[in-house]
Amino acid sequence: MAKDEFKEYRLVGTRPDRPDGLDKVTGRARYGADMSAPGMLWAAVVRSPHAHAKILKIDASKAEALDGVKAVVTRADFPTGLTGEEWNLQENTMAGEKALYDGHAVAAVAATSKLLAEEAARLIEVEYEVLPHVIDVDDAIKPDAPVIREGAANASVPEGMPPNVVQYLDFGRGDIEAGFAEADLVSEKTYKTEATHQGYIEPHACLGQLGEDGKGEMWVCTQGQWFIRKMCSDVLGLDTAQLRVTPSEIGGGFGGKTTIFMEPLSLALSRKAGGKPVKLVMSRSEVLRATGPTASASMDVKIGMKKDGTITAARAEFRMQGGAFPGSPVDMALYCCFAPYKLENVQHIGYDVLANRPKCAAYRAPGSPMGAFAVESLLDEMCRELGVDPMEMRLKNAVVEGDTASYGPKYGSIGLVETLEATKAHPNLKAELGPNQGRGMASGYWFNHNGETSVSLAISEDGTAQVSIGTPDIGGSRASIALMTAETLGIPYEDVRVNVVETGALGVNEPTHGSRATFASGKAAVIAAGQAIKEMCKRAANEWGIDPEAVEWADGAAQPAGPNAGKFPPMTIAEIAGKMGSTGGPISGHHESVPEGVGASFGCHVVDVEVDPETGHVKILRYLVVQDAGRAIHPSYVEGQYQGGAAQGIGWALNEAYIYDENGKLQNSVFLDYRVPVASDLPMIDTVIVEVPNPGHPYGVRGVGETGITPPLPAIANAIQAATGARLHDLPMSPPKVLAAIKAMG
Amino acid sequence: MAAFTINGSPHTFDGDPDMVLLWYLRDIAGMTGTKFGCGLALCGACTVHVDGQAVRACQTYVEDLEGTEVTTIEGLSEDGSHPVQEAWRTLNVAQCGYCQPGQIMQAAALLSDTPNPTDADIDAAMAGNICRCGTYPRIRAAIKLAAGGSN
Repeated sequence: MAKDEFKEYRLVGTRPDRPDGLDKVTGRARYGADMSAPGMLWAAVVRSPHAHAKILKIDASKAEALDGVKAVVTRADFPTGLTGEEWNLQENTMAGEKALYDGHAVAAVAATSKLLAEEAARLIEVEYEVLPHVIDVDDAIKPDAPVIREGAANASVPEGMPPNVVQYLDFGRGDIEAGFAEADLVSEKTYKTEATHQGYIEPHACLGQLGEDGKGEMWVCTQGQWFIRKMCSDVLGLDTAQLRVTPSEIGGGFGGKTTIFMEPLSLALSRKAGGKPVKLVMSRSEVLRATGPTASASMDVKIGMKKDGTITAARAEFRMQGGAFPGSPVDMALYCCFAPYKLENVQHIGYDVLANRPKCAAYRAPGSPMGAFAVESLLDEMCRELGVDPMEMRLKNAVVEGDTASYGPKYGSIGLVETLEATKAHPNLKAELGPNQGRGMASGYWFNHNGETSVSLAISEDGTAQVSIGTPDIGGSRASIALMTAETLGIPYEDVRVNVVETGALGVNEPTHGSRATFASGKAAVIAAGQAIKEMCKRAANEWGIDPEAVEWADGAAQPAGPNAGKFPPMTIAEIAGKMGSTGGPISGHHESVPEGVGASFGCHVVDVEVDPETGHVKILRYLVVQDAGRAIHPSYVEGQYQGGAAQGIGWALNEAYIYDENGKLQNSVFLDYRVPVASDLPMIDTVIVEVPNPGHPYGVRGVGETGITPPLPAIANAIQAATGARLHDLPMSPPKVLAAIKAMG
Repeated sequence: MAAFTINGSPHTFDGDPDMVLLWYLRDIAGMTGTKFGCGLALCGACTVHVDGQAVRACQTYVEDLEGTEVTTIEGLSEDGSHPVQEAWRTLNVAQCGYCQPGQIMQAAALLSDTPNPTDADIDAAMAGNICRCGTYPRIRAAIKLAAGGSN
């Protein structure tokens, strides 16, 4: 670890209570459903009970006859003529000619109470002609598969491919066959993963208001208020600047709250109800049926390895369905799957496939966990066959700075080797294992993202500072940004207030996605603080009658830079701020950019499991997450991301899956049978924060939010084989499947 | 008809027999600290105390509350100074924070019954409260801290 090389900071690296700490333990924090408005209406949505059906007729007359029902909307209330992703979003918000999945919205109603709206929704009669449907990705590319939508394929798809293939990828380098010929062992296997859901505990909720004049407002739980504004405007034909979107506190997102689902419905209903505000809160079942789960995947991987563990060639062919619309993360799955390995010869093939399921959304490192399940599982199987230590194999093939990544770009500063070495040194790797117990490891990768970023900082009259950011705080990023700002300004942490602001207050910000908030908004805040410091030095210089270049900023005060500048006592931020009205006006800083210098983050996980040979139940005994954070600004929230990613990955590996019946209806749309890990399912999740600073960030930050969900899927599969000898190639590794795999060995 | 108290204040209810405490708190009493997560007592986000016992407000009918004392996250302490709330802040437990009112109410009920819980006690008491951010290790540590132990 490179921690000792760091400059010691006063605040960065400490663990203070978050700025919203009291709100979060007293129920005072206001989330999506916590806002109401005078005269507000409640909305409910009518959803298709069919996986694939033509909509013949919608009759809302009985609902409209109810006293207190104020508006009903169908697709007829939306503008026509949209194309591309704008059409996809509109079609997903409200079905047009066809319902494309179980739960697809077909109508919505607003009424004076929640119960009345729900009753009215039940009275809306929809006549369907049920069509053949397809759920599984491999079924969807069979010759006789029902066609979800003609003409949905983009130009990448060669002639003659099945009609549900809408994007095709083929990229790589080297001579793949020559690489396989060099190998002592060539293995090829197929792996499958099922769709899972982000499972945030806060269901989607919004309060929208839109007048006949096209001016509107929305309060909404979202990872990105500008995305909501743009998407709602596109779908409804509004001018974006006329819609003001305020993000609430957000009760989890994990990627699933970066897009719209029902938000335009509240606006459309409001406009039709004369501009009354309309509140719409999803039920849990609606969240699971009709928001954006992950893609499901079917993946062939072929790898060549020498006896010493050197990888000579690798090929991945991934098929992913992301629902009834283009956009599965098959591309990102391919980019990430071989990223930890030096490869001369590598080929990637990808198919984005349509099926009768909800439009997938991002979920923590979208695509990466599936690809890692396939690649990291096969590598482990091959290490076993060749008698190679899986850690030594990872170290032997590990990418370092300057290497060309499997997917093309050249790596800047990365900390994979440091991460692997820290893993190797951890005491968990020496823990004794008993009968039916086994250990597995796997690596994971996420690029991290920069994205459009706009931040404003203002010094207040008393020398405290406010920072306006556009990235909603999902896991403590306000604390991290306050720490970095206070560190830079030389003032106490408590003197900085970081506010997540509405769309009217800043330029466009991308959402909190791609593990970017602490990197991008943090970097912008530090630059903005630097501008304010420069201005404060100028004000001090003016007062002292010296050159601004002869003033430096230290310990929260302007100071003469050496004896030649003259002898003046330090002028504190509070002194300078107190008279800013008479020295030139407000003191502020502002930065907007797509910040350069993103640092990628590698992780390595090691898990010990015990498998019950009678039931196939897998118990997690120990779990270790090691990951490169660049620099942990607030280590508690970095550890929280590591543990949270691991917990979600463990759920994906062992329990979670979308289960459809033969009619294409989702069978497990509540937490009873869509079972996510609870406290008693998990041991202490040990974490090691590796710090290989990112030179692209003033305090060395890499994003940390996503990598952690990637390794658990293969690490647990590898551990199960170590414990039982049985290898599972498809998820989830539920007790019946584990038992069957054990029994199949005889 | 039911007469009961919420955080010490008297309430009477004579409405729809299907009204559950969660919606009464949020939509009628205007107290939004108690959260909706599933509506089926499967996630624990709506946990409150009725006569000191942790219950799920989404499956508690207001009609059945006659003569009871309801405590919500807003009433656990005047100023956020309950030992569980303080431990939560000391150990940076919350990530998104949405499930935490329910986790805190569940933990407070556990500690009032079992002042020095073991890991097994904690797992048993907290198994019905989902945290999708995966803050379980910090929840465990914070319960122990609130119980007077070290973290």
